[in-house]
Amino acid sequence: MEIAIIKYNAGNVASVMYALDRIGQKYTWTDDPEQIIKADKVIFPGVGEASTAMAYLKEKGLDLVIKGLKQPVLATCIGMQLLCKHSEEGNVDCIGVFDVEVKRFISQDLKIPHVGWNSITSKGDNPLMKGLQDEEFVYFVHSFCAPVNAYTTAVCEYGQPFSAMLQKDNFYAAQFHAEISGKAGEQILKNFLAL
Amino acid sequence: MLTKRIIPCLDIKEGRTVKGTNFVDLRDAGDPVELGALYAQQGADELVFLDITATVDDRKTLVNLVREVARHVNIPFTVGGGISSIADVSALLNAGADKVSINSSAVRRPELVDELALAFGSQCIIVAIDTRFEPAVGVDFVHTHGGRRITDKKTLDWAREVENRGAGEILLTSMDADGTKAGFACDLTAKVSSAASIPIIASGGAGTMEHFTEVFTTGKADAGLAASIFHFKEIEILALKNYLATQGIPMRI
Repeated sequence: MEIAIIKYNAGNVASVMYALDRIGQKYTWTDDPEQIIKADKVIFPGVGEASTAMAYLKEKGLDLVIKGLKQPVLATCIGMQLLCKHSEEGNVDCIGVFDVEVKRFISQDLKIPHVGWNSITSKGDNPLMKGLQDEEFVYFVHSFCAPVNAYTTAVCEYGQPFSAMLQKDNFYAAQFHAEISGKAGEQILKNFLAL
Repeated sequence: MLTKRIIPCLDIKEGRTVKGTNFVDLRDAGDPVELGALYAQQGADELVFLDITATVDDRKTLVNLVREVARHVNIPFTVGGGISSIADVSALLNAGADKVSINSSAVRRPELVDELALAFGSQCIIVAIDTRFEPAVGVDFVHTHGGRRITDKKTLDWAREVENRGAGEILLTSMDADGTKAGFACDLTAKVSSAASIPIIASGGAGTMEHFTEVFTTGKADAGLAASIFHFKEIEILALKNYLATQGIPMRI
């Protein structure tokens, strides 16, 4: 099985690679559209700022490549936000797989960024949560979030409910960092690889 | 519900854990990778590796160590000690560190916080603040060089400043409480936590499980960090987390 990890200007993908190493899954880290398109599965990870990341993806034509993918795609953290229609971070139009607006957390008393282990609850049929409890702890670091919407497959709560996971057709997305979310995160990655 | 975090801190010198540990079940108690993986398995929510050497050769050792930790540990970890440039941070993040912690270099040149936040995002920039109460003035001041050298920065002002400059979290160590095992500096921690709207990791003074309850309630900390009580198994992480859960503190068990 060929796994492509999308290479772009959003930082720290080393954790994702090491997590796949631990599972024993080989991968290619690439920004070559051809390699991405022919992979069996694609991972779109990253931490970073939305408008900077979008500018880079557009320049490389990767935004359209990603949107046109037919194989299972897993987007995490900023990757998930970039799959939405628009982000308030840098007020930028994103790839638009999910017809959802990413917004900054509204907070009076809450610490922002939302950092740490929070529980997520599966909603409906969520193949990535197979073998896990209905409520699991995973690791979050973010200041912007997607509200709960028609594509939400797991919900988290921080002052307000928001989407911890989204799914539409072959696109799977997680706001949290499965790659550093202990055993639960490992199972989620394995579930994606088993799709 | 967002849980409070329990964070063991490992001091590293020349790629090895120092200060000793009491883990007889470890093949090599000085091996930071093995110890880190064990803590992760026991329920630690994050790890902090603090490099207490900073020669050029040791920096290379540290980067190699970070790579090994990232390969073996499936929870987030932070690396601190001797970090003073974008290149330093880049090397550590590329090797697999999730966050870095800066201290003296930020005091020397506060713009570094802005530069790092811009380059890597606030989420991976922790500013460590070593603080000590100055009785003559009646307020807490930031200290550097392991608490030996006082600066002209008041702790609360500096906490607000690093937040405004883009720090994602503050690691607050009370030099008055550190090493006493008499409890965290809860009053100060609460003040800093209220002054800044970013998460606060409290450090220094942990001796009992009750001390963690206090720092999460009256101290308003988001995370509690300790070293020796974990290394010498005076408190076991899982037992601590189970206890805190019974005290109504949200925990990932």
